Amino acid sequence: MKIEVNGEALEVVASQLDAALAELGWGAAKVATALNGNFVPAGARGKTMLSDGDRLEVLSAMQGG
Amino acid sequence: MRDFYGTTLPLPLMLGTARYPSPTVMEAAFRQSAAPVATVSLRREQGAGQAFWDMVRGLGVHLLPNTAGCHSAREAITTAQMAREYFQTNWIKLEVIGHADTLQPDPFGLVEAAEVLCADGFEVFPYTTEDQVLAARLVDAGCRVLMPWGAPIGSGLGLNNLHGLRSLRAAFPDVAMVIDAGLGLPSHAAQALEMGFDAVLLNTAVAEAEDPAAMAEAFALACRAGALAVASGPMGQRDMAVPSTPVIGKAWL
Repeated sequence: MKIEVNGEALEVVASQLDAALAELGWGAAKVATALNGNFVPAGARGKTMLSDGDRLEVLSAMQGG
Repeated sequence: MRDFYGTTLPLPLMLGTARYPSPTVMEAAFRQSAAPVATVSLRREQGAGQAFWDMVRGLGVHLLPNTAGCHSAREAITTAQMAREYFQTNWIKLEVIGHADTLQPDPFGLVEAAEVLCADGFEVFPYTTEDQVLAARLVDAGCRVLMPWGAPIGSGLGLNNLHGLRSLRAAFPDVAMVIDAGLGLPSHAAQALEMGFDAVLLNTAVAEAEDPAAMAEAFALACRAGALAVASGPMGQRDMAVPSTPVIGKAWL
């Protein structure tokens, strides 16, 4: 299915968030996730299903003031 | 003594981690100033997140994640939830920006987000103005720390509204307050501490100095001076001169 990942349209095979992250190369990465503007805790990724057109944000630490 | 949600700081200095010429220079600034708090943010993962996380964790300081760049309560709330999980802290520097040029907080979105986050167990450090009505709403929402601006973010102008800040400080004697944003010189930090503020938060003034580590140390010294001065009970001001040398015993010449 086609989803938007960090603003970029991508094709993923996985239908669960944790599997999609692994597919996108973030399987072992320390990241925080939000789907369609809602926070998805790491523990809930396994039971979070993706749908066509979903907007996924995958964030990590960055410099800040 | 006012603390920050139960945490007392050995030095009333919170330092940002952005805009340094290099990560090594940033580390040096923290080392040389001994700033006990570092602000951090969350952005789209592009491969550098893990290394930065390892580096800031290595600083051994309290981390204060921000919601910088958020323009709505909803955005800020989601960012705060993500930051709590990522940085493993209940502390959140809550920014809800209302104006693109001044980066002035949106007071309505700020209160809305603060209410949700405080109820959800966050320890909220709201970036606010010197507005006392807004401050009261934030305290009602559950904030036990307020972070009024000195001047617009990154401007280096210092304390723009001395009367407003003094009034705010006096109106909420039990609330810890951090002057956040707009400081440009160590004397601004000393002035804030002398006025009874509990800490300062700055980034650009250090990161954009020619020698950031030395400037960070200068701010640390100013913070110590200001805190020591306020603890020492400053003298009152007078309109007229009062000689410091005794008049009694002066020779008749």
